[in-house]
Amino acid sequence: MSDPDKPPSLEDLEGRLRQARGKRDDGTSRGQAERRLTEGKSSLGLAWQLGVEMITAVAVCTVGGWWLDRWLGTRPWIMVALFLLGVSAGTLNAYRLAMRFGREAQEPPEGDEDR
Amino acid sequence: MGQTNPLEQFEIRRLIDLKIGGIDASFTNSSLFMVLIIVLTTVFVLYAMRKRAMVPGRFQLMAELTYEFIAGMVRDNVGKEGMPYFPFVFTLFMFILFANLLGMVPYSFTVTSHIIVTFALAIVVCVGVTVIGFMRHGLKFLGLFAPAGVPLVLLIILVPIEIISYVVRPCSLSIRLFANMMAGHTLMKVFASFVISLGLLAGWVPILLISALNGLEVGIAMLQAYVFVILTCLYLNDGVHMHH
Repeated sequence: MSDPDKPPSLEDLEGRLRQARGKRDDGTSRGQAERRLTEGKSSLGLAWQLGVEMITAVAVCTVGGWWLDRWLGTRPWIMVALFLLGVSAGTLNAYRLAMRFGREAQEPPEGDEDR
Repeated sequence: MGQTNPLEQFEIRRLIDLKIGGIDASFTNSSLFMVLIIVLTTVFVLYAMRKRAMVPGRFQLMAELTYEFIAGMVRDNVGKEGMPYFPFVFTLFMFILFANLLGMVPYSFTVTSHIIVTFALAIVVCVGVTVIGFMRHGLKFLGLFAPAGVPLVLLIILVPIEIISYVVRPCSLSIRLFANMMAGHTLMKVFASFVISLGLLAGWVPILLISALNGLEVGIAMLQAYVFVILTCLYLNDGVHMHH
């Protein structure tokens, strides 16, 4: 590096590459691009993901329950039960997603104030 | 010509009629764009990497950045054990990214604005993850639905909730992508029809809005490809390591 005219030898480069790879595989250095993306992702975007997660679970369960009820003639009990389970499942999924992204945002020391 | 239907852009048209055993397998505009996406992705990567230069040019840099980005994502979220599945994740990312971006070209067709397409992608991911889970852990994979250290009474409620939250995944994965793409394109078309109805005097305002919206849409196109793939990685992590 000190002599700009002379390129570093290939052995030197190889060594540095190996070092970088070793560090990468330990998981100590995270992909820079990804960190930027998770940080840059607006809170609005995250809110969208969570909303979709919750609504889908409730909708799928309710429609599935309604259909099962019609098939078995037990209206409205399966639908009610599945609706409640759907709400819980949706909340659980949203919670897990939020924790996941929260953890990712927390890892770099500076990016923890925005949510 | 004044008021066009904003949903017209999502219409499926048959280009070549084809019936296989009573199933309508016609070659539609959707299929045409999927073929186009695959060809474009392949051409892009092959063209970018044709020189394999030590100091990359513009295209090579783009291809290498995407590759490194996805490789890093799989490594960070699934670990080294996830690398065998990297080719699949990379292909998935490129397909969705090109589908979303190609949809931004005027007069083109957005493949990912149809829920059946996104659902097919999502169900492949989720069934694949389940198969991987059972292959790696055997019947112990069912332990994913029963967290350790929970009293029996709670398990009666918790197990159905866990199962539902697992089953619902392909739905939320596909609805997210489909809804984002469809909502954005419909909104653009609605604004575009305002241009015509407002005429020469006030028609310029929606044009400004459309320009801004266009930038946002390109951002969403990339973000949604990213979100789809990172969720795939998270699910893959469940299958490989069996913890949330």
